[in-house]
Formats: sequence, structure tokens, C-alpha cells
Amino acid sequence: MTQDFRTSAGGRIDRSSPVDFTFDGKAYRGFAGDTLASALLANGIHLVGRSYKYHRPRGIITAGSEEPNALVGIAREKGQNTPNLRAPQVEIYQGLNAESQNRYPSLSFDVGAVNDLLSPLFVAGFYYKTFMWPRSFWQKVYEPFIRSAAGLGKAPTDPDKDRYANHYAHCDVLVIGSGPAGLAAATAAAQSGARVILCDEQSELGGSLLHDRTSAVDGKPAVDWAADAIRALSENDKVTLLPRTTGFGYYAQNFVALAERVTDHLANPDPRLPRERLWQVRAKEVVIATGAIERPLVFPENDRPGVMMAEAGRIYLNRYGAMAGKRVVIATACDTAYRTAVDLKAAGVDVAVIADLRPDPAGVHVDAARSAGIRIEGACVVTGTKGRLRVKSARLGRIRPDGSVTAMGEEACDSLLMSGGWTPNVSLYSQSRGKVAWDEDAGAYLPGASVQHERSAGSCHGVFGLQAVLEDGYAAGENAARAVTSAAKRPKVPAVTGGEEGAGGTLGALPHDRDPARVRAFIDFQNDVTAKDVKLAVREGFHSIEHIKRYTTTGMATDQGRLSNMNALSVASKTLEKPIPQVGLTTFRQPYTPVTFGTFATTARGEAFDPVRRTPMHDWAVEKGAEFEDVSLWKRAWYFPKPGESMHDAVARECATVRESVGIFDATTLGKIEVVGPDAAEFLNRVYTNPFLKLGVGRLRYGIMLNEAGFIMDDGVVGRIAEERFHVTTTTGGAPRVLAHLEDYLQTEWPDLNVWLTSTTEQWAVIAVQGPKARDVIAPLVEGIDLSTESMPHMSVREGKICGVPTRLFRMSFTGEAGYEINVPASRGREVWDAVWNNVEAVGGAPYGTETMHVLRAEKGYIIVGQETDGTVVPDDVGMDWAVGKKKADFIGMRSLARPDIVVAGRKQLVGVLTNDPKVILEEGAQVTAEASPALKTPALGYVTSSYYSSALGRSMALAMIADGRGRMGDTLYVSTAEGAVAVEIVSPVFYDAEGGKQVA
Amino acid sequence: MLLITCPYCGVERPEIEFRYAGEAHIARPAEPSKLTDEEWAEYLYMRTNPKGLLAERWRHAHGCGRFFNAIRDTVSDRFVTIYKMGEAKPDLERLVVEAAQ
Ligand SMILES: [Zn+2]
Repeated sequence: MTQDFRTSAGGRIDRSSPVDFTFDGKAYRGFAGDTLASALLANGIHLVGRSYKYHRPRGIITAGSEEPNALVGIAREKGQNTPNLRAPQVEIYQGLNAESQNRYPSLSFDVGAVNDLLSPLFVAGFYYKTFMWPRSFWQKVYEPFIRSAAGLGKAPTDPDKDRYANHYAHCDVLVIGSGPAGLAAATAAAQSGARVILCDEQSELGGSLLHDRTSAVDGKPAVDWAADAIRALSENDKVTLLPRTTGFGYYAQNFVALAERVTDHLANPDPRLPRERLWQVRAKEVVIATGAIERPLVFPENDRPGVMMAEAGRIYLNRYGAMAGKRVVIATACDTAYRTAVDLKAAGVDVAVIADLRPDPAGVHVDAARSAGIRIEGACVVTGTKGRLRVKSARLGRIRPDGSVTAMGEEACDSLLMSGGWTPNVSLYSQSRGKVAWDEDAGAYLPGASVQHERSAGSCHGVFGLQAVLEDGYAAGENAARAVTSAAKRPKVPAVTGGEEGAGGTLGALPHDRDPARVRAFIDFQNDVTAKDVKLAVREGFHSIEHIKRYTTTGMATDQGRLSNMNALSVASKTLEKPIPQVGLTTFRQPYTPVTFGTFATTARGEAFDPVRRTPMHDWAVEKGAEFEDVSLWKRAWYFPKPGESMHDAVARECATVRESVGIFDATTLGKIEVVGPDAAEFLNRVYTNPFLKLGVGRLRYGIMLNEAGFIMDDGVVGRIAEERFHVTTTTGGAPRVLAHLEDYLQTEWPDLNVWLTSTTEQWAVIAVQGPKARDVIAPLVEGIDLSTESMPHMSVREGKICGVPTRLFRMSFTGEAGYEINVPASRGREVWDAVWNNVEAVGGAPYGTETMHVLRAEKGYIIVGQETDGTVVPDDVGMDWAVGKKKADFIGMRSLARPDIVVAGRKQLVGVLTNDPKVILEEGAQVTAEASPALKTPALGYVTSSYYSSALGRSMALAMIADGRGRMGDTLYVSTAEGAVAVEIVSPVFYDAEGGKQVA
Repeated sequence: MLLITCPYCGVERPEIEFRYAGEAHIARPAEPSKLTDEEWAEYLYMRTNPKGLLAERWRHAHGCGRFFNAIRDTVSDRFVTIYKMGEAKPDLERLVVEAAQ
């Protein structure tokens, strides 16, 4: 197809640069500077999509980001498509491959269109009404149906290959929108010396000036004046110009998020460029200059392809040289549509008639149309359209003084351009948490008082007419600059000819002479919401506009209802017989238009999503073939399988090796805090349940830390290195939380205590050596420490050297075997590890991972905070009342241990669980009940917290938290499994070496 | 994202450097064991949760590490004043009056 609907000259396209692209697989040609929408229109294509619910054929309606119908998917390569792009915003490039959406198998023949015939089923609230019953239909019938028939566009299937960038920026004045108001504001602010960012969602700056054929500013055509203003701004070092950049989110304290589309419009983008760039702008002042949006007219069959907004018709004509049609009917209630009529006529388009709702249209724009010889009918309304995939004719009717309508016959046309007047675009003002106010004279919601440092300029706050808009823009720019600099000035406002304000407008459904039961007038094109749907919702009791929105889905389109809201509101207001301000307006929220996930993620993807923490021994574990698990940000060696070993085999072998010989374990990830000062012991005495004042130098103590509510928040071993120096360890994941907790009490409750806290987690590497041969293995490497049990018993710490490296050597055990934890500076960790490993290997020892560590401690009944505890567990619940200092006057959480709900009987207590069948390994989290098949709604007695195969026991074992557990020793209870309940015996949680002789040997 | 001024560092920094730490000026009782269960529950759990000005604690967690107090309007999210730990709580009613002027 050739570009039959292209004008012979004019527009901002480059006619010397043809661009070939495909739409639904068919080849078309446009020109550089075209959008997909303008290029399709130039080729005579209006039909570009099917509607969401009824699959009705739909055409291009607007020329902006508010486009509800022309949503397309763009495929760059396989698996990398972007869905739901708005065709008026898609710039064509050589080879562009665009697909329409929501149609099967093709745009012109769509099987889903049967929904249209079934439309009585799809009334307001159809989601809530239709898919209710029977319940079993959900999974098999309703959901697959909704998923295949509904939904716009296809999500990409592969990970996004593109890069996205992030940019933090600060400026004095951020101007959003570069039409006449925005350009004027940016110019005034820049000339005042302010640092300015001017952004616009379109490919070119200039806004409405780019398609204004008739106005002149400062004696120049409007478009030339705009070019000069933009050039002046671009030459100013303090000004940043950002086309293709949508201000999509206005947040607290003038934090505004912009999405810049960097390469999507290019055929062969520089691979060094990101696809999109997120700008996080902190602006001292913001000028919102986002213009106004033309309202559709709500008349029967207003959704037929070929029906378009009047201003869009003028934009496509003047900016892109694309004609909406060759014979056009214009339906309006507003003067601005006359400008479209005049421009079309001047371009050689046959303007059949201007049908104006108003009985006596008058004014400068009307006069211009009349003198161009265009037929004008007052008190005239469109009552319908005909045509299958494109409008062929418009039905017209005469509005009589009593409001009734009589048919005037049909007018043949291939396009119908409509205007219901203008809605100020208050989205960003609303996002800034400002409250919009109803303005009766303007018939619109306008920005009210500023909540943040912002001001609106131009038609987005109800100022219309080019001269007034420019004046308003200069004033806004000057005032914004004045707020941040002392030298604000307002440039002389240039004289404007033309561009006069266009009066008029209408809201809500238009009168007609058709059978109301048989025709539909659409309010929200994207969601297929009609005037009838809104009325029905009101009749069914939805009186708040927020409820009506959710029930009918009106205003939930990709433009958040900028196009449809006011018409919906008007219909609701008339049905409710309440004035519009009493019905309210839905809140506009971020983002202004859809933003890609990539732009939000920026560089935080893959490896850069979160930091990864690795210990000095990490590479060694990798070389040894370890499997790893993530513990908070750490990579921890999980187990060390030998060739051919399963995880079960490896863990059983590692456990046996530790119990019988010796194992080496990387405990570097434990949190470590150095607590120093004259009051260090007093401080620890207050934050742990255990007594610490009398802990001797060189001794270790296991400590439990509670929060003030009495619940266990962390545990660890504390060593007294010197009278005023303690080495505190925390759980791997708990270190930052514990440090913050300690700092909180130290700084805010007990500032009188002279104590310093320093995180030393990163400074120490920790090598655990556990097992009967542990001492033999490390002894040859240690200098200056007597390792004999008499001199260095269980739970003691000594300073000395190992392999020549300074060490704090802990004698302690989390396995039940005798053992050591060797603390050395992290930078020396690997060399000490290698030396210790040599000796471990020589005696037949093995490295072990976190899984073996978990099994060994569970055999001893040692808890893991966060596994046996869940934030509601006190020490007595896990059998650790022994760790609570009874003689202490106070410690954090102590008072709570006497609360009625803590001392009450029936709390869950830690127990051991043995399945009657020793081969069954329970699932952690499984529920424990008194009966195998309890009656429905019987509460569980508790749940399994840890469950393993124990090589020491030669069978399975588990820990559980069970109501009154310690009183149930020997009882048989039941635990749910995937194969049904199994019988278990409740036993002591200490399965191995209950006397504890091994670890002190 | 809010901007918060640390009174110790004397600089305005983005919210991600800070951690919220609950309502301010709730002192831990000197002798908790002498409190009734009701009094202890009051200390543990009951907060003013106002619509309007709230005295609250923040910590410059990724800066100097210090806790400090702030008066924030829970409606507008605006910080009215920020002060060091240990300084007296401002008169909130007077702040409201001043803000209205
Ligand atoms: Zn600070």
C-alpha cells in the first residue's frame, strides 16, 4: 500500500528518508520522523487493535501517551518483545516489527469478537458476577478462558538482554512538559541563572507549538519561535534538555522520577548505550506544564476505527503530514475542533460538516471555519456510526430545545473527529499529594494549594489561549527561580497572534434517538466500559467514584483514566443526582504511564542485585567441590560431596568423621562484635539473660539475648579477653540487628555506661576444628598456649599464635565433641586454614559444611535461633531456663518473662521426636497432633522445627515445639506427612552424649 | 524518598542511610520488676500513633551510627525539626501553631 493519506508537503517528517517497517507482518513505508501511528494513518490504517473485553475492532484515537487502543508489541529479537507500547509514542525505524494485540487469529477476523454478541454477560462487574460458580470451574474453565481471551499483549519469554542505567540529578528548577508553558517557564528560570532540567515525553520538545500552523509568536511562526527557544536553552550550560523522557512519579520532598527512552527509536543503537535511563531528580522547585487532554464524546458506536480526537487529527496532519481521512465529519462541543477543520480543509481534505452540540457556535475559530466555507450545524449531535472495520458514515441528529433528538440522516465519511473540550492534566499535581479542586467556571478539576515546592503552568491548571499560556509559563519559571536564586527575572512576554482560547466543552453521555437497549457508547475504550455500565454500577449501590472505578474498571487503563475519568464522573454524577464535586475524583498514582521493569531495576540485576559475601576460605571450598547455600548475604559451604556421593551420603560421612576423628569447618560468617570499656561487663550483664559480671578473663560463656518482650532474638558465645574487653559472637544473619540493638540501648537508655562497640565480623576468619582428634591436629601449629584440658578447659579462650599468626583461640563446641574455634585476622585466614587442613587430612579428617553442623548440633539438642525459635519463644520454652540469671536484678526482657501469657501452662516446649519407623525423615514445619486423623479444625499441638538422618543414631530424628512438650515424654503423637500421619515418640531433645563428657575431654 | 538531616553529621542525606527506630521519649523504666503487668504492657506496646506531629527516633545507620530524634508530620511526611538525643522534646502544640503561621 502506498501512502495514500499522506499530504503532498509539510510536516516535520523527512520525506527524503523513507523508512520500511512491518505491522502484523505486512510491509509498510513511512518517513523518518513518523511515529508508528502517523505512518499507519498515512497508509490508510486505522484498525490497530481489538478491545479488551468485547474484542471490538479499534482504531487510533489519540496522538499521545493517553492512547487507549493503539497498543502494540514491538519485537527486536526472539524472546525480547516489549508489549503494550502506545503507537503514537513509538517512533519508526528501518526494520521496525510491530504487532497488534488482543486478537486471534487476525485483526480483521477475531474469534473473541463473539464476546461482543454475548455482551449482556459482560456488564459492569462481570468479573465478580460471571465467574462465581461453581468453585471447581475456576481452575479448569474460568481462569484459562480469562487468561487466553483477556489480557493485552504478550510478556517477553527470555531474560531482558538490554542494559538500563540510573542517574541521580539535582537541579534548581525541574520543568515537566515542553509545550508553550514549559518552554516559557524553562526560559525564564534559565535566564534567572537557575540550573534547569526540562523533560518531555515526546520525541521532540515543543508540545502543541509543533503542530500550530496558524499562530505567530514574536512575529515568527509558532514552531520557529519554539525552535529558537529550544536552541537558546540548549546553548545554556546550566540547562539539561531531556526529550523522550516521561516524568512518571512525583514523590515526597520534590523527588521526581523520570524515565528516559534512550535507544528504542534507533534501528542500530550504539551497544554502549543503555536502553532506558532512570533519572532520580531532586528538584528545589518543580514546574508542572503537562497540558490538557481532549475529552472524547460519548455517543453510540463512538469506538469504531476512524473515530479520533479532533486535536489528534490536527497533530497528525500538521506535524506528520498524515490525514485521518479524505472525507471527515467533525463532532464537537468546543471551538478548538474548528482549528482542525480549517487546517484539514487547507490541506485539501473534504470536511463534510462540523456538528456542534451548541445551538449557536460563535467566536474567532468558528468564524475562520465559516469563512473557509465549511458547513456548520449547531444543535447537532452524532448519534451513531456505521462501517465494519472503519467508519463509513455518521448518523446525525438535531437537538431540540426540550433536549430530545430527531434524526437528520447520515453523512458519509472515512473519519470522524471529535472534541468534548479539554481536561487539565492534573496527574502529577495529584501525585505530589495536592488536592484538586472543582472549578465550576472551567468545568474541570484544577490544582489546589501546593503541598510541595511546585507550581503548575498553562492548560494543566486551566489557563488556555497561547498568549495567556506563555505569560503563565514565564511567570511560573520566574517564581520558581525566585524561590532558589535572588536574581530572578521574567523575560519580556512576546506578542502572540492567533492561538486564541477555544471555548466550550461537554461532559458525559450525549443525547440520541437510538434504542438505549441496543446501542453502546464507550467511556473507557481500553477497558470496554460504557455509559450504561457506569449507570448500572450506581443502580447496584456503588456510589463512591473509587468503588465505581473498581467495579466497572473504568479509568484503570494504561493512562489511568486521563481520557475517560471526567466522562465517567459526569455519568455517575447525573445518575446519582449529585454534583460532580460530591462524587469526587479518583486519585492519580505513580507511574504516569507504564514504566518497564528494567528501568526500575536499572543495574540491580543478576550478580549486582545484592552483594555477595565470601569468606577467605571460599575458593578452597570451591576447589574441593563444595555445594553452597545462601545464609543472609553469605555463601556458605553446605556439604562436600566426594565423587559419586549424594548429599545424604556426604553428610552422613562428614558427621561420622567429626564424631570419630576430626572435621574442619568454616565459621567465619558468624557475627562478631568487640565490646570494650570500663563498663563492658555491666553492659553485657544487662543485655544477656546470663550473668556476666563474674565471668573470668580467659573464659567463654554461651549467652542468650532477648528483646524487651522477652523473646529470644539472638544467641552466641562471648569471650572475656581482658577485664574491659569482650569478644561477642552472634548468629550469621543476626549481626547487624544485634549491633543496632546494642547501640540503641547504649546510646539512648544507658549513655552513662562507658562502652564502645565495634563490628569485627569482617576482621576475623574463624576455623572450627571439632572431634576427638581436634587437639592433636592443631597442637603442632600453636605457639604460646598450653592446650591441655587442665590449663585450657572447655569454654575458655587464649591469645597466642597459630602458624605464626596472632589468634584468639576458643575452646568450645557446637557439635558435642571437643573442639576449637580458631580466630585469626581475615587476611591470614586462608594460610592458617591450609595448614590446619594439612594436619586434619593427615589423620583422616574431613571438611564439613553447614548441613553437617546442623545435624551434629541437633543431635545435641542445641537450638538455632530462627529455626527452633520464631520470635515468640522465651528461654524456658526451649529448655534454657538454666541460662537465665535468677539473681540478676534486671536485663533486657526480664520483666516480660513474668508476664501472665509467658508463665501460663500449655506453652510450646522443645522436645525430641523419634518416628516409630526409623527410616521416615519428617518434614520441617510438619504439624504434630494427638490423633492420627484429628477432627476438622482441631488445633495442632505443635510442629517439627528440625529433622535429619543421624548417622550417630543410625536412624532419623527430629526436634519439635509441642504444647506442654516436656510433660509428654514417652507419649505417642502423630506428625502429618505427604503419605498421611505417622506415629512418633516424644523424647528428650538431647540425642547424643547426654552427659556431655565428650566435649570437655 | 525522604531527605533527612543528621544533627550529628550536620548534613542532609537520603532516607536509605537511616533506619527508623519508633516513637521517641519512651524511657525504659528504671526498675521494670516494680511495674504491674498493665504498666509494663503500656511501656512495651502502647504508642501515640498520631495523625499529625510525632516525635520519633531515627538512626544514621549508614553514616555516623548515632540515634537522634525528629518531629515529623505523619500526614505530609515533612520533618518539622530534628534534635540530638538527650535534648528536650519540643512543644508539639507550639510547633503546630508556628507551622500554621
Ligand atoms: Zn550522622
